[in-house]
Amino acid sequence: MAFAFTSKLSPIARRRIEVFRRNRRARVSLWIFLALFVVSLGAELIANDKPIVMHYDGEWYVPLLVDYPETEFGGFLPTRTDYHDPFIREQLEKDASTIWPLIPFSYQTLDMQMMRPSPSPPDSRHWLGTDDQGRDVLARVIYGFRLSVFFALVLTGSSLVMGVIIGGIQGYFGGKTDLIGQRLTEIWSGLPVLFLLIILASFVQPGFWWLLGIMLLFSWLGLVDVVRAEFLRARNLEYVRAAKAMGLPSRLIMWRHVLPNAMVATLTFIPFLFTGAITTLTALDFLGFGLPPGSPSLGELVAQGKNNLHAPWLGITAFVSLSLMLSLLVFIGEGLRDAFDPRHIQHASSATPLTRTQPNA
Amino acid sequence: MHDTRSQPLLRLDKLSIAFDGKPVLRELTLEVRRGETLALVGESGSGKSVSALGTMNLLPDNAQVTGGRWLGDTDLTTLKKREWQALRGGRVGFVFQEPMTSLNPLHTVAKQIGETLRLHQGLSGRAARERTRQLLEQVKLPRPDELLDAWPHQLSGGQRQRVMIAMAIANDPELLIADEPTTALDVTVQQEILALLAELRDRHGMGMLFITHDLNLVRRHADRICVLYDGIEQETGPVGEVFAAPRSAYTRTLLDAEPAGRPAPVSSTQALLEARGVAVSFQRPKRLFARRPPAFEAVKPIDLHLAPGETLGIVGESGSGKTTLAMALLRLVESRGEIELDGERLDRLTGNALRKRRRRIQVVFQDPYGSLSPRMPVSDIISEGLRFHYPELADDEVKKRVQAAILEVGLPADCAARYPHEFSGGQRQRIAVARALILEPALVVLDEPTSALDRTVQKQLVELLRDLQARRGLSFLFISHDLAVVRAMAHRVLVLKDGELVEQGDCQTLLSAPTSDYTRALVNAAGLAAQS
Repeated sequence: MAFAFTSKLSPIARRRIEVFRRNRRARVSLWIFLALFVVSLGAELIANDKPIVMHYDGEWYVPLLVDYPETEFGGFLPTRTDYHDPFIREQLEKDASTIWPLIPFSYQTLDMQMMRPSPSPPDSRHWLGTDDQGRDVLARVIYGFRLSVFFALVLTGSSLVMGVIIGGIQGYFGGKTDLIGQRLTEIWSGLPVLFLLIILASFVQPGFWWLLGIMLLFSWLGLVDVVRAEFLRARNLEYVRAAKAMGLPSRLIMWRHVLPNAMVATLTFIPFLFTGAITTLTALDFLGFGLPPGSPSLGELVAQGKNNLHAPWLGITAFVSLSLMLSLLVFIGEGLRDAFDPRHIQHASSATPLTRTQPNA
Repeated sequence: MHDTRSQPLLRLDKLSIAFDGKPVLRELTLEVRRGETLALVGESGSGKSVSALGTMNLLPDNAQVTGGRWLGDTDLTTLKKREWQALRGGRVGFVFQEPMTSLNPLHTVAKQIGETLRLHQGLSGRAARERTRQLLEQVKLPRPDELLDAWPHQLSGGQRQRVMIAMAIANDPELLIADEPTTALDVTVQQEILALLAELRDRHGMGMLFITHDLNLVRRHADRICVLYDGIEQETGPVGEVFAAPRSAYTRTLLDAEPAGRPAPVSSTQALLEARGVAVSFQRPKRLFARRPPAFEAVKPIDLHLAPGETLGIVGESGSGKTTLAMALLRLVESRGEIELDGERLDRLTGNALRKRRRRIQVVFQDPYGSLSPRMPVSDIISEGLRFHYPELADDEVKKRVQAAILEVGLPADCAARYPHEFSGGQRQRIAVARALILEPALVVLDEPTSALDRTVQKQLVELLRDLQARRGLSFLFISHDLAVVRAMAHRVLVLKDGELVEQGDCQTLLSAPTSDYTRALVNAAGLAAQS
């Protein structure tokens, strides 16, 4: 019923999609980015240190999902199987058929069978080489990409909710609410985020959710101004007043009438919030205040590249993967911004009335 | 001037204009002579502005202009870019519709007029300033010496339009193109501006192309008239002849479009709405350490009452507080005084209780483009209030009522699923009326519902509203600056000026024999045709 703008595409939305589709760079970037993201979602199937499925001794095993003790495969200890262990490998090669992932290393697998000291340069075993602890760089990039994007998605989504709610309330009610709210957000935005993180790091081991929470406390601030301005403008539009005269409560007016219009300005902001989130996470990891050691993070890879200038594949990989991801996102963002730009739309939007009044001759 | 009067100044020969191959003007042939005013008349979208802009090469690149155009002896089709620049603002002056936006807000009056003088006559410094002062005197602006250094925001709409006219005549043009020069102005100001234009035309022997949709103005201020419909010329001739004996069917419709008739008489005498001493004031901002300046009195205490089935017209110029008074009665702005609806004190209610009562008073706004949410289909727009106030209704029932409301306001039955932008202005206003009616209100506030519409559409809407009133016994609070429409709608009229009640009384009596000077000026300016 009420939310036809989501369930059925309005003509405006269709025109926007059309504008976006005509922007070739943005369209291609979006597809590449989506493809990379989908691939990285299945990172466990692509880069892992255990086989996906195997047939051993007439039975099927799914090591990807189930941890089997080594005793299952003729080992001596009832511990989790290390499928890279030479003895186990021998056993498996004898009487098992296995399907391995494309890259037989996970992001934290230490390769014990290396011929060369780590960091080792790219070869057929490690396509992008290993880092200074002997972990496969390509596997870490795939997992790191997924983690960064996931972090940015959650952060952007939650900042959007917070920013829209707070900005919307300020803008819609105006007056004292707005005045006090604006002053409070100004004070809040004066707090130093980095110091807070450093102080936090001395209390707890900052994990994914801790970092997300702290960043969320501040990342919604940028949205408030945009949303507030849109709500301030929209609350005096005639259809909003008509809804008020109809007796609709404020929350329904905001949700049905004001928000859909405010979302345009907000949505153009999102891609840049997204890249900002990724950059901040990378920077924190680089400085060592970010994710716990061992996590697959692009920032940590940058730091390794800096510490191991004699192993250029580390720095180059980090640079290429980060710049590729951020460029794609910026191109998508540009395309979105143009698609939502009303001046762009005007060319196609000469609204033609259905019927003209005919002279009743 | 009389010896050259008959010689055509501007001649268009089969002028056609198309945008991207889509024709908007077909084979328009007309002449403007020196010292005469030719009125180009038509409804919105009839191609009247486009034809003037096309003649002067002011259309964007995707327009194709064909046909012959001559200004005096100059063939306009062969001009080069530089020659056009010399011509526009030099031999041809322009006055546009929107006085609020056609002046640059960052330049003073002297600088803006001085710019055209510098470009076309090479005047600068003292000479330009002196000439600008003369021009301001010519357009009858008060205190020209002070106004030279005034900024556009310090001037009223009428004054800005005078500045625009001063700019247009600065280089003694032969032809003046006035594109709806008075549409955005109050009626009394309209008359002054048009009288000024006529006087300047006679003094300088200019030809004037006057583009308008308002036949009342044409009747009084033009010599000849050319009627356009859908890009096609309907008829051309002297104003007296065309008005007395229109030849084309369309012109007849246009002339008949003056809202006529009177609302059905009211029998009931009890009061539906009663307001005592309603007043609205807005606080002005207080500066630090300064005393707060006295509040701005938008509406001074007013008493009014309204019977069931009655229409009360609220009349006044812009800024007179008409809309503010209505918003106060709707409880959409803070007000003082007592408002009583159905014997219940509306001004004492708050929150939920007030929201429940709101369905008894509905509102239709002026702007058919702004009053419907562009992101909702028509069925959702109309049914929104119903779904909120009667959540117990089943979807089928809601659908049925929406359909009934759509048919009642005379919209096509299949429009429920479409979006507002697919409809014309008049149809959108009908959607807004349907949205108000579906809650079965006792009183509908109509805030200039017809002023954004063409005359023929206006007439249809007025008839619809009167019809609805007769059928449902609705009361209307009808706000308008257009006395012709008010006369066709209202039983009683209330005249406001600067937030103060000037007079109040029976519509017929008040319009035919106004007692106050202000009402008299309004009635004269409106030029109401005598009602048969």
